[in-house]
Amino acid sequence: MKNPIEHLNKIFDNRVRLGVMSTLMVNEEINFNDLKQLMDVTDGNLASHLATLEEHGYIKVHKGFIGRKTNTTYSITKAGEKSFKEHIEALENMIRGIR
Amino acid sequence: MTSQHQSLDTLQDIKRMMERSSRFISLSGWSGVSAGCCALIGAWLAHEKLQQMFGGPVGRDWNYAVRGHQSIPDQIASFYDLILIGICTFVAALISSFFFTWLRSRKQKTPLWDRTVQRLMWNTALPLGIGGLVILRCLQLGYFEMVAPGCLIFYGLALVNASKYTLGEIRYMGYGQLILGVINLWNVGSGLLLWAIGFGVLHIVYGLVMWWKYERISQQSNS
Repeated sequence: MKNPIEHLNKIFDNRVRLGVMSTLMVNEEINFNDLKQLMDVTDGNLASHLATLEEHGYIKVHKGFIGRKTNTTYSITKAGEKSFKEHIEALENMIRGIR
Repeated sequence: MTSQHQSLDTLQDIKRMMERSSRFISLSGWSGVSAGCCALIGAWLAHEKLQQMFGGPVGRDWNYAVRGHQSIPDQIASFYDLILIGICTFVAALISSFFFTWLRSRKQKTPLWDRTVQRLMWNTALPLGIGGLVILRCLQLGYFEMVAPGCLIFYGLALVNASKYTLGEIRYMGYGQLILGVINLWNVGSGLLLWAIGFGVLHIVYGLVMWWKYERISQQSNS
């Protein structure tokens, strides 16, 4: 049997990063504060995870303004979508492994 | 063994995050039940008022298409009473259903005012608001028969639209309202009856089914 773990993506092996990716799969875009509320984490924690995802090209950042306040929104990239789907498939295969 | 369990947990996490970020899932079944009860009380009050207006039992064979023999000022007064009953029913249903959903969202510790709620509100309020305008215009023009089917049809459309932003099953209640509304278009005399079935009975049935499906289990697991 092939090792199923090789298809698991290390980047998604974290609750916050996994949550961000799941959220972005079903929402076209979402801003920082909504993400923070959903994940229930601190600003700094979320920001560092978002930076990791951006570095790997899984998410796109759009910096905008609402009036004078900055409004940073995030959306998923094609590469991000593909990697996330592969990650889910790998998880499914691991579950099937016991049967 | 544990890695498989971990995978399952992770997949469930993913599913939960997807749902929580795109749908408002704290809508309580009791909200449906309470709104339905308000509607039934409102329909009964309207029925009584119509009997008073027409000076005798109405709704024989469930047909309300009868003409009154009150004087014009009395008819106008009764007409405003009917509108008042309608508005009070709507407000009571709104407040009571809000209350139960507020209780549930507090228990689940989900925010009652986030983007999922805002999207749900907007997508429900738009068809309802426009429907309200159409019904207001029907009243002004004297097409009273169109009020009940108008309520049912626009509410049905609002529910089908809302189903994308909250518990998906609400779509079937929308279909039910639409069917009743269309039947009503060709049976204008049965307006009050069909209205009571749609806003009263359907709400209560939907609320009980939703409570059975989602809230009963979580209550058991809490205790």
